Amino acid sequence: MLLIYCPYCEEERSELEFRQAGDAHIARPTNMTEMTDEEFEAFFFLRDNVKGLTYERWRHLNGCGRFFNAARDTVSDKFVTTYKAGLPKPDISALRPATEATVETYEATESNAK
Amino acid sequence: MSGANRIPGAGRLTPAKTARFVFDGKSYAALEGDTAASALLANGVHLVGRSFKYHRPRGIVSAGAEEPNALIGVERDAARKQPNVRATVQEVFDGMKVISQNRWPSLSFDVGAVNNLLSPFFAAGFYYKTFMWPKQAWKHVYEPQIRAAAGLGVSPTEDDTDHYSSRYAHCDVLVIGAGVAGLSAALAAAKTGARVIICDEQAEVGGALHYDKSVTINGLEGFTWAQATAAELAQMENVTVLPRTTAFGYYAQNFVGLTERVTEHLAKPDRKLPRERLWQVRAKRVIIATGAIERHMVFANNDRPGIMLASAARTFLNHFGVAVGKKIGVYTANDSAYEAAFDLKRAGITVAAIVDSREKPGEAVLAEARKLGIEVLTGHAVIETAGKLRVSSMSVARNGGGRGRSIAIDALLVSAGWTPSVHMFSQSRGKVAYDFESQRFLPGTYAQDCLSVGACNGTNDLQATIEESLAAGELTSNASGFTASQKTELQGSNAFAWTGGMAGAAEGAGPDTTVKAFIDFQNDVCAKDIRLAVREGMHSIEHIKRFTTNGMATDQGKLSNIHGLAIAAETLGREIPKVGLTTFRAPYTPVTFGALINHSRGELFDPTRKTPMHALEEAQGAVFEDVGQWKRAWYYPRAGEDMHQAVNRECKTVRDVAGIFDASTLGKIEVVGPDAAQFLNLIYTNSWDTLKPGRCRYGIMLREDGFVYDDGVVGRMAEDRFHVTTTTGGAARVMNHMEDYLQTEFPHLNVWLTSATEQWAVIAVQGPKAREIIAPLVEGIDLSNEAFPHMSVREGKICGVPTRLFRMSFTGETGFEVNVPADFGPAVWAAIWERAEPMGACAYGTETMHILRAEKGYIIVGQDTDGTVTPDDASLSWAVGKKKPDFVGIRGLRRPDLVADGRKQLVGLLTKDPKLVLEEGAQIVADPNQALPMTMIGHVTSSYWSENCGRSIALALVAGGKAKLGETLYVPMPDRTIAVEVSDMVFIDKEGGRING
Amino acid sequence: MADLATRTLPLSGFHGGSGAASLSAAAPATRLSLRAKADAVSALSLALGLSLPTRPKTSASGHGRHALWLGPDEWLIIDENGADMMGAVASSGVLHSATDISHRNTAVIVKGRGAEVAVNGGCPQDLSLAVFPVGACSRTVLGKAEVVLLRTAEDTFRVECWRSFAPYVSGLLNEAAEDAGN
Ligand SMILES: [Zn+2]
Repeated sequence: MLLIYCPYCEEERSELEFRQAGDAHIARPTNMTEMTDEEFEAFFFLRDNVKGLTYERWRHLNGCGRFFNAARDTVSDKFVTTYKAGLPKPDISALRPATEATVETYEATESNAK
Repeated sequence: MSGANRIPGAGRLTPAKTARFVFDGKSYAALEGDTAASALLANGVHLVGRSFKYHRPRGIVSAGAEEPNALIGVERDAARKQPNVRATVQEVFDGMKVISQNRWPSLSFDVGAVNNLLSPFFAAGFYYKTFMWPKQAWKHVYEPQIRAAAGLGVSPTEDDTDHYSSRYAHCDVLVIGAGVAGLSAALAAAKTGARVIICDEQAEVGGALHYDKSVTINGLEGFTWAQATAAELAQMENVTVLPRTTAFGYYAQNFVGLTERVTEHLAKPDRKLPRERLWQVRAKRVIIATGAIERHMVFANNDRPGIMLASAARTFLNHFGVAVGKKIGVYTANDSAYEAAFDLKRAGITVAAIVDSREKPGEAVLAEARKLGIEVLTGHAVIETAGKLRVSSMSVARNGGGRGRSIAIDALLVSAGWTPSVHMFSQSRGKVAYDFESQRFLPGTYAQDCLSVGACNGTNDLQATIEESLAAGELTSNASGFTASQKTELQGSNAFAWTGGMAGAAEGAGPDTTVKAFIDFQNDVCAKDIRLAVREGMHSIEHIKRFTTNGMATDQGKLSNIHGLAIAAETLGREIPKVGLTTFRAPYTPVTFGALINHSRGELFDPTRKTPMHALEEAQGAVFEDVGQWKRAWYYPRAGEDMHQAVNRECKTVRDVAGIFDASTLGKIEVVGPDAAQFLNLIYTNSWDTLKPGRCRYGIMLREDGFVYDDGVVGRMAEDRFHVTTTTGGAARVMNHMEDYLQTEFPHLNVWLTSATEQWAVIAVQGPKAREIIAPLVEGIDLSNEAFPHMSVREGKICGVPTRLFRMSFTGETGFEVNVPADFGPAVWAAIWERAEPMGACAYGTETMHILRAEKGYIIVGQDTDGTVTPDDASLSWAVGKKKPDFVGIRGLRRPDLVADGRKQLVGLLTKDPKLVLEEGAQIVADPNQALPMTMIGHVTSSYWSENCGRSIALALVAGGKAKLGETLYVPMPDRTIAVEVSDMVFIDKEGGRING
Repeated sequence: MADLATRTLPLSGFHGGSGAASLSAAAPATRLSLRAKADAVSALSLALGLSLPTRPKTSASGHGRHALWLGPDEWLIIDENGADMMGAVASSGVLHSATDISHRNTAVIVKGRGAEVAVNGGCPQDLSLAVFPVGACSRTVLGKAEVVLLRTAEDTFRVECWRSFAPYVSGLLNEAAEDAGN
């Protein structure tokens, strides 16, 4: 069970208090009605399903109730950082040590042989 | 006397404290503190089970959690039975019943043992090869047979009458294991004031001190020091000492699962105590002090009862006072086994010989053996054993061949060396590294904030272990900001330093392809099976493991993994680390379902939500249905009525007189702020600017893709305050949906949302007499049609308490929804009922509510819609604001597929035979005579018998349905095809006059 | 007109727990869900006679009235004397949202040396005094229910929940309190 740092509560809380809420940094266009079908498809349906670093929205549902953003590694399951909704993507390179690069293969993840 | 093999004066149990237990129907004596294993051995019972595949007789191999063989059923009473308990862990209590497993009809004569004779057919991977043909046979012959023969133990058939608990705990330092290392670390950490939890899987702390009597620490005998230290720790406020507690899983961010066996060892446990307690520990830092596990020697027929780990024999003697044999042999590849022989010899047991595969054992142990007059055969191997239900002799030969010399024995103690217990470290996602010098996998790269100390870290020397552990305890506490006022010092000594050890097959294990030299006792995997797997092309240890099932039994290969790996490496001609180690996974030892489920049973399995009026409705005879977590009154049968009759009566009564209905479960959201209307404009398809305070409107909510998401009536209480209602099932989801848009897309709006679902009890009063029923109870609201028309809301009082009174209807009749603060719900319901009953009105439930709304063609989101229905599909275009510049779903609605012809549309269906009620979900076709598979053009979404219409009615989604009015379609059912006519969705009062009555 | 309707409390007469942690139903109270932006805090504080806390996990209490920080623009106001809270905040004259939730919530009082252990029977938060001191409050989970915790004394927690969750919350606390010992 993960601990997630809530940028509003300013502390780590149990995963049980949170809900994932899909990809982050996809702003709802203000000119919805003018969008072409392709633009709407890209906005609403198409997602990258990233292996590795991804930006997600989470809600501290059973806590302060706020939606916020998180940079998370989908392979290691680790949260790199969390930040308030509305803030730009943080500079991840500064936060993530080189040794924590995304593990790319099953063998590298699962096998402990050296 | 508690068993013939109990040595007077040996062990730490108290001879006066006896207990009796039953094994396979026979009563035995035991001492308090015995495990089932030690008690059975005290009584000379070695044969305790049959192996899984070959049904070979098996005995007790170990004295701890790593036990692969001695799995037993433990029974208190009919409801409290537990299969697959390790006899080496289960403590004896007076009256305990133990049953051996995996044998039929009896342990000493087992029919399944024929598998042993047929073993050539049961080679590794046989499942994958043997049962391939003919294809049909798998389903009808092989699988049922295998299922009948397989499986360990027997599950109880009655409900478990015990209870289990769970708690979350937090600490600065969690110490896993309470041997010398764990206790030292915990002591150092505790003295800094840090919050410490220390757990150990055994009944008493001490770890290896259970068997190693030669240890002294700070002048105390080791085991005595351990107990004193644990007692000292337990006295400290910042420390929790948990014996009988297994750390079974190490998860992300130092989250560790522990199971504490609270009453498993008690004869008459206090029923208030949980049988087990699950601890979910979040530790700032973890110290892993899990020790090492001894490996057995791999040689021909090394699985006979009586053959066991040397350290186990030493534990049985030094802790339990039990001699595992009268004439024992030792087969070893390392020094530690010698000490078992020494201890037994000193206790008066004959040691036939120590067979050491090495040419040069440690000097010290060799000298001691000589001193004690024990024959040591260095450079020798045990190449065979004999004895049907217990080992009777071993055949010993020089390494490299030669004739075996048979030596009579009744127990054989084996040791191939020690495997550091890196399970917890590996589970923490740390990477182990192979140490070539000591030929062991040791903690390498750490992934979490933890430290390994002592034997699990490869530290052999006692004083080095102590110092390493004290340092770890201090370091981890310092990291949390705690420091000790003075250093903890411990001085330890022991008899011998150990050298040696081997992994893989010993002399006498083959290369033969028929010799059964077991590496995994529980899954009957032999050295030859690993070789076969390699020959068949498995080169990765993960493949070899799955092909042979090595290490896949309930003991997870605690004894066998390293042997299997070494044999694979040898066969492949590669170094051990090149072949790789399989990943250790939770749980370390099996965890009961009871512990994992803990409080979540019965009433506490899931919250059961009841409305404020529940008790009154129950008293009125309501039958309830589950709607999500809610209990809702379904129908109110009167004496002699079945559901159908009750519902027919309720339906008729509401339209003829009136009915009262509990609508409290409807979701309610208070939307407050100067921008409230603007926010609702964005969330709903409707326009809200024009809604005046005191009026209500039916609103539809879409997802961004244009499909109907929820609906409900919204009342405007004031310019800046709306009372929004949602479907019962949609309450939480809609609240989240609205918060999401408010917080992330429209944060500039000055508006706030509050869930008010449970603030209000809601009593719907519907029917021609509705007004008459409530009128005398209401204060401050003019109920006349003119002053209070359909779709209005007023605030006033009812029964003297505040109400938000809605004039609205989900039945098509004149209707009111009385909202009162929830605590007043029962009193107001009673007052309304007191007026309603004499007028001939009834209380009605959700079934009647469903029918009445269907008679009027009112949809239920989630029943008549399925997430692919647009407002237009449901004939609700009127509710979509045509001039609105934006709302959630506005763009989705314009997608080509959503405006295309031929979409499924909601229509009414009338069966040609009015008595026939369609089945909800039934498929609809245009031509019943077409070839199979037929083209389905829709399905029935709602279908009922309507007593008011005197016939059946249905709603359905039909492709191009609105253009098909009056056409005949067909509903093919298994027994017949039903002809239906497409109709509009309103079956009663088409003009809608009744609602304004 | 009919007699004044009587109240039926969701946890009416509830008592439970163990020697280590006793459980009882809190008395009925007035409750508000108060929402406002930062610039309204001082005026609302004045109207309430309590300074609204602005730090996470903190509360303010006085004269039977409590203001609990639930989120950056959200407070739970509890008045144990049944005062008219809607009226009080309405007089503040600043932009805010107040919703009466007096009947939506109910509360269990957990008291005793085992109170922490009892609440930890279902709540994953660290409730040690260093991390969750007297006056600390938080919306969180208790098993499968949402609750709001307020530590009113070293050995006492007020556990607020929605009324229909009260049987579950009190039932779980009861088992956990029993497990906390006698
Ligand atoms: Zn938060």
